Amino acid sequence: MHGPPDISRRHLLGGSLALLGAAATGCALPVGLGSSQTRVQYWHFLGASDGLVMKEMVGAFARANPDVFVEENVLAWGEPYYTKIAMAGSGGRSPDLATFHLARLAGIGAGQILDPIDVALLEEAGLRGADFSPPIWERAHIDGVLYAIPFDAHPMVQYYNTDICGRAGLLGPDGKLRPTTGVDELIAMLNEAKQVMGGRPPLAFDALGLGTVGPWRVWWSLYPQSGGTLLSEDGTRIAIDDAKALEALRLMARLGQEGLCDWRTDYGSSVANFTNGQAAFLWNGDWEIAGLKERGTPFSMTRFPSVFGGHQAQADCHAFVLPHQRDRDPEVERATYRFIAHIVKNSADWAVAGHVPAYLPALERPEYLALQPQSEYRSVITDVALDPQVWFAGSASRLWIDFGEAFSPVISGERTPEEGLAAAKASLTRLLSAPNPFPDEER
Amino acid sequence: MTTTVAAPVTAAPVTKAKVRRGWTQHGLLFVAPFLIVYAVFLIWPTLLGLQMSFSSVNIAGGNDRFVGFDNYAEAFSDPRMWRSLWNTLVFTVLSTIPLVFLGLVFALLVHNLRFMQWLWRLSFFGPFLLPSAVVSLLWLQMIYPPDFGLLNGTLGTDILWLGDPSVAMWSVVLTTVWWTVGFNFLLYLAALQSIPQHLYEAAAIDGATAWDKLRSITLPLLRRTTALIVVLQLVASLKVFDQIYLMTGGGPEDSTRPIIEYAYDVGFTGYRIGYASAVSYILFVLIVIVSLAQLRLFRKREEVTS
Repeated sequence: MHGPPDISRRHLLGGSLALLGAAATGCALPVGLGSSQTRVQYWHFLGASDGLVMKEMVGAFARANPDVFVEENVLAWGEPYYTKIAMAGSGGRSPDLATFHLARLAGIGAGQILDPIDVALLEEAGLRGADFSPPIWERAHIDGVLYAIPFDAHPMVQYYNTDICGRAGLLGPDGKLRPTTGVDELIAMLNEAKQVMGGRPPLAFDALGLGTVGPWRVWWSLYPQSGGTLLSEDGTRIAIDDAKALEALRLMARLGQEGLCDWRTDYGSSVANFTNGQAAFLWNGDWEIAGLKERGTPFSMTRFPSVFGGHQAQADCHAFVLPHQRDRDPEVERATYRFIAHIVKNSADWAVAGHVPAYLPALERPEYLALQPQSEYRSVITDVALDPQVWFAGSASRLWIDFGEAFSPVISGERTPEEGLAAAKASLTRLLSAPNPFPDEER
Repeated sequence: MTTTVAAPVTAAPVTKAKVRRGWTQHGLLFVAPFLIVYAVFLIWPTLLGLQMSFSSVNIAGGNDRFVGFDNYAEAFSDPRMWRSLWNTLVFTVLSTIPLVFLGLVFALLVHNLRFMQWLWRLSFFGPFLLPSAVVSLLWLQMIYPPDFGLLNGTLGTDILWLGDPSVAMWSVVLTTVWWTVGFNFLLYLAALQSIPQHLYEAAAIDGATAWDKLRSITLPLLRRTTALIVVLQLVASLKVFDQIYLMTGGGPEDSTRPIIEYAYDVGFTGYRIGYASAVSYILFVLIVIVSLAQLRLFRKREEVTS
């Protein structure tokens, strides 16, 4: 048996200091960073099941490039994320790389919060503008300067439960959902699913909740199908076609009133209901695939239904941006571009998360074409309804949240479609009259 | 909202001129560290904020043009600003009344209960020790959820506590009262314990009932404490932010968004620091007016009674 160790005061002090030193270095150096590695700090908001795919891709990059350590930092999606990016970029001591929504580019103060992309370094890393989907690549520029590297488009899609739809006789001989056209066919399909579900609402989408953007997503998928636009070409005046806008809103109200969709579901419960087989259909972005597969939900996907003539679906794009830094380390910068090129060139892997690659060579790769159910909706890429290019648009923007708040009570029946549209227009008027915090002449 | 302002200590009257001179000579040196921190972290930002409120500066420090009263003009014609200001006032009225009244009631109860006093003290004051995030998550995730929450489960109701625009503010008030009543309770309890016992003995000899004692001795002697509590509570309630931001984010339909959250929204989420500063100054002026009016009201009443 040993007695208690004999510790003198000096030993104790020395030991504590050594511990403190170890703790201090432990804080300063992230786990996994060796002295010869270049560290790239990467912020993103990919918290849905696409976050797991990104984590794997970062891991694959680390294995192929042992000299670079990409430090992933996953932050909450939405307004808080863009607040953090703005704060970081304005201070000039920001992460080396961040993921962004392309439609937010117009409102973030490119040139102040974001640094321009060095096209020479990008080409050195093996990426050329010609390899990207042209309309998306064009959107990555502001006044001809490249500020973002888009790597996907993520449209609204229709998920369907193959079990329930099979029992309701909604599947074709190939086992795929028979496509619907127009309001009547859509309602008929939902009603048939409702019957086999014992009267439960068959459709789920994000319809309610704090800062909900689901109602905007659904409306911005339906309304452009009839050719409707939001703003005039120059983005200064409202150009909403009331009749077409109301037509879309009336359909949304009808879904709620006839018990075809559960208007009490927020984002989380809409996904949960579909995952658990308590909803036959889910209208959502394409990013829940990996999670649904993991949980074994019998499902497939198809394009958002064509209801009002066109085949549009709301979409935004994920892109890489470089938040503003006062002194960018050239070595880190080079490593950053290498990482970007790795992700973009392996877009076919990224498509596992559900998103449609913006990098054209990836679209033709056999492993992408073989992906199921991704290939069932990839044709939507030519029909995406992107946001108007104004400073208050983009994912989790004031525009989305205001429209979500205006339309959510329409689905629940607390507001008429006319009242909902009036509320949306009122907030759009306010947004148009509010000054842009990052005016163009400042760039 | 945290009511962590300590009760001011009334300075003992200084009579000797010698002492007073010594105070001015050396005292400044002693308070210098505090004064420097005060100037750097309070006075300077306050002035800077005032200057910003007259500019169109954005979060990156760019677009810094002098715009005169444009921000104030925009704020006064902004329905969202008025809505959030109204919400702040509604919250202040709804929360201050129960917080002061219940604080007094609980203090009287504990003061007169002779068994397990420590338990009552702890249970009324305990919630005040919790951080705002813990309180908000507790109520948000366990008490208010409509489907499996404690409240609907116990009452057998089906109320959207935080999801119904006509109920949400009451729910926020309920949470706030539960959380912060302990502070006022403690101030009242301390004041009760400092009332000399012989007053009650004298009153008892004169044949006063318990009600008479409360009305003629306790309440009048608590007047100064009440004045203090009301001022602290009004200021704290006007500054409400944490629990609303965490529990409802200002929703549903803007029914709970307080003006501080609005300033945060337009400044940090909307990137317009100049406009956010103007909104903050509107609240600042409101708080100053309320505090001054309140102090004056109580001073007058005291002069009348003395």
